[in-house]
Amino acid sequence: MRYLEDIRIGHKAELGRHTFTAEEIKSFAERYDPQPFHLDEVAAARSHFGRLAASGWHTGSVCIRLIIQNRLREEEAMRARGEPIGRTGPSPGFRDLKWLKPVYAGDTITYASEIIEARAVQTRPDKGLMFALNTGTNQDGELVFSFVSAVFVDRRPGQ
Amino acid sequence: MPTLHWEDFPVGSVAEHGPRLVTREEIIAFAAEFDPQPMHMDEEFARSTMLGGLAASGWHTCAIGMRLIADGFITDSASHGSPGVEEVRWHKPVRPGDRLTLRRTVLEARPLKSRPDWGLVKFRFELINQAGEVVMTQLSVNMFGRRAGAA
Repeated sequence: MRYLEDIRIGHKAELGRHTFTAEEIKSFAERYDPQPFHLDEVAAARSHFGRLAASGWHTGSVCIRLIIQNRLREEEAMRARGEPIGRTGPSPGFRDLKWLKPVYAGDTITYASEIIEARAVQTRPDKGLMFALNTGTNQDGELVFSFVSAVFVDRRPGQ
Repeated sequence: MPTLHWEDFPVGSVAEHGPRLVTREEIIAFAAEFDPQPMHMDEEFARSTMLGGLAASGWHTCAIGMRLIADGFITDSASHGSPGVEEVRWHKPVRPGDRLTLRRTVLEARPLKSRPDWGLVKFRFELINQAGEVVMTQLSVNMFGRRAGAA
C-alpha cells in the first residue's frame, strides 16, 4: 500500500487458498471455541452441522493471515523497488461478517478481497480508512464466508 | 441435556463471564499464526504505531471473546451456532497482562418462523479490562433450541 490517495476502489485481489484439516480445526477449537461440533467427529455427526466443522473465528483468522501475508509481500516488493510505503493498520473493527455455510474438514477455501470504500478521517488529518469486502469460497464454488474489513492507512505526506 | 434454551435469554438480560488473563506469549503466538504484523509481535515497533505498544490482534481479541462465550454459557446451551456478526469495534488496545471479562446483553429475542423449535437471540458482547474499560464491542446473532413443548 502506498497512501490513501493511491487506493483504487473496485480493485480485486485473490488472497490465496487454504485447506482446513481435521487436526487444525480441533486445535483452534480447543484453544478458542470448544464446542463439540468443532472438536469431535462423533459429536459433530449428531449436531446440525452433520460433520466436523471449523469454528467461524478460525475461518476468519485464516482470512486475516492471507490478507496480512499479501500485504507484507507487496510492501517487500515496493521496498525492493525503492518506492515509498504508507503505513497500514491497525483496524478499528469490522462489519457484516457472515458465516453462510459450514467449513468442513478437508474443505479448501479460496479467499478474495475487493476494496469498496476509502475516505479521510476527520479526527486524524494524517490518516484515512479503507474498507474491503473479503470473501471465502469453497471447492464447490459456494460462498461460505464474507465480511467488510476497515483499516487505517496513511495519507500522502503534505496532503 | 443442555441447561439453557432460547427462553433463557430474555431481552434486557445481562450476565458476565470470566475473567481471562491475556499473556504476552499468547499475544505473540496468535499473531505469529494468524496476524503476523510487527505491531502484534515486536514491542519496539508497536510503540511507533497508533497502538502505542504491544497489543493483541483484534482477531485474537475476538477469539478470546469466543472462548469466554463458550465457557461462560454456550457449551451449556442448546446452541445451533451463529449466522454471523453485525459489527465488531476494537475501542482500546488489549495489552499483555490484561484480564478480560465478557458482558453479554440480550438486545433482541424472537422465535424463528422457518424453524418453530428454534429461536434467535441478538447479543451485545463487551470485553472489559481490569480497569473497567470496554476494549471491544460485538453485535452478533445466535440460534438456540426452544424448550420442548414450548413452540
